[in-house]
Amino acid sequence: MLYPAAQLVRASFWQFSVTGLSQGFVGLQNYAKLFRQESLTMVVANTLVWVAAVVLVTIVLSLGLAQLLGARFPGRTLVRWALIVPWAASVIMTSKLFAWIYDYYFGMLNPALQALGIVSHPVDWLGDDATVMGAMIAVGVFVSLPFTTYVLLAGLQAISPDVYEAARVDGASAWRTYRSVTLPLLRPALLVAAVLNIVYVFNSFPIVWTLNDRNPGFGHDTMITYMYKIAFKSSLRDIGLAAALGVVNVALILLAVAAYLRTVRWRGEAA
Amino acid sequence: MRGRGRAGLALAGFLVACLVLLPYLVMLLTALKPAAELRTTPPRLTPIHWQWANFTGVLRDPDFLTWLRVSLVVAGASTVLALLAAVPAAYYTARHPFRGRTLFLFLVLVTQMFSPTTLVVGLHREFFELDLINTYGALILTNAAFNLAFAVWILRAFFASIPREIEEAAAVDGCGRLRMLWKIALPLSRPGIVTALIFSFIAAWNEYIVALTLMTDPDKKPLTVGITSYVTAYVQHWNSLFAASVIAIVPVVVLFALIERHLVAGLTAGSVR
Repeated sequence: MLYPAAQLVRASFWQFSVTGLSQGFVGLQNYAKLFRQESLTMVVANTLVWVAAVVLVTIVLSLGLAQLLGARFPGRTLVRWALIVPWAASVIMTSKLFAWIYDYYFGMLNPALQALGIVSHPVDWLGDDATVMGAMIAVGVFVSLPFTTYVLLAGLQAISPDVYEAARVDGASAWRTYRSVTLPLLRPALLVAAVLNIVYVFNSFPIVWTLNDRNPGFGHDTMITYMYKIAFKSSLRDIGLAAALGVVNVALILLAVAAYLRTVRWRGEAA
Repeated sequence: MRGRGRAGLALAGFLVACLVLLPYLVMLLTALKPAAELRTTPPRLTPIHWQWANFTGVLRDPDFLTWLRVSLVVAGASTVLALLAAVPAAYYTARHPFRGRTLFLFLVLVTQMFSPTTLVVGLHREFFELDLINTYGALILTNAAFNLAFAVWILRAFFASIPREIEEAAAVDGCGRLRMLWKIALPLSRPGIVTALIFSFIAAWNEYIVALTLMTDPDKKPLTVGITSYVTAYVQHWNSLFAASVIAIVPVVVLFALIERHLVAGLTAGSVR
């Protein structure tokens, strides 16, 4: 596992031809070139919006969903099965599905929203600069929900009923119990869910790749799809440059995780 | 009051289920449309002519069968490989405060961060130089390696949540380490094992970017990569794409549903009083 990482770092210091043959050591030139790319600032901003929006919305919605699925009501099993579908389905297939649903001419979203009176005329969700990021974030949340909900649900069910009993005896209200008993005890599960989601969403490739594929340039790319385009698709075809961006990506993830672990005071026995 | 609460929950649950399933209903209905009905304005939700032959057509497509076989081999082999390595590693780190355990766990967490996507450029260099592009081994190994970190991370949390008192009692009764793992830790953490198993399989089954990059040979493409050739700039068989997707998604959903209750079964409920 560390080997590809080493390869990545090594590749970032070399120059490669478009066919992948090494053309020699260039030191930090790939990094210098990376920071000269005009699209980089925009791509970084896109990435921040993408990760923050998807993870926050997912966790908030999942807390509610986990609470719902932890309760007893008729049809609960059905709801659980429904929630499994986006999780079990491959993200690339779901992305293709949403590309079809969002379609300006033939997709179902526009007529549905018009029927509900939410929009007055069809919106080109994936072609309009103003809506494409929102459209991608919605799909990002959609595919992240099941996993997050199940992690939190497992966390909820690991909490002993005794503590709820104790809270009830103490006369705590439902909201008070949730805040003072459930949330603190749920912290290990929240930690796992948040860390993994930040990583997954940052690394997510198929959604942005699929929903953004007819827009030229790098206007709505995240750092991951940007890296892929540099390496394998765009006119650049520059493995060395892409590797330099890859190293930056990894470093950023490490920073985010370190900051996160600090705030939740991870000591090796948490989680 | 109680009855009304339950009805409210049921209604909320029903709404959630509908919202989640709606896109996949569109997928299924589009898969059943004849090619001529794909591009109608305004778009129709349901097909006029229900063309079930789309499914048999995909199932008879030799390309599809190849992709399916590749997906099964890669996902199955990498899941077995990952779990065989993850269970002992997770158990040992959960129970033994050995020197560098925190470092080890941190490394596991870090490798989890180094998802295949971030490393795809490095992976491509690695297998390019080893001349392993277009081999099953490369894809199986990559999937197993990356799911390993996740399996260890999840399993360890489950093992660690088993109260030590149970194992201490077993030790007093003369139970050895391996037997303890087999007889106590594994059964008690079955939800964890199942979770890890499912995650590994699904992750490999759904893996896209590494397969897209490493498996350029049409005979070696898994489903995720293969089916996208149904819709390109030149051909737009959305109905075949979605029929193939439904076939790929349904078995995994059923698998999930069968073991769903183990996922959230109380971890140690009732084992310590």
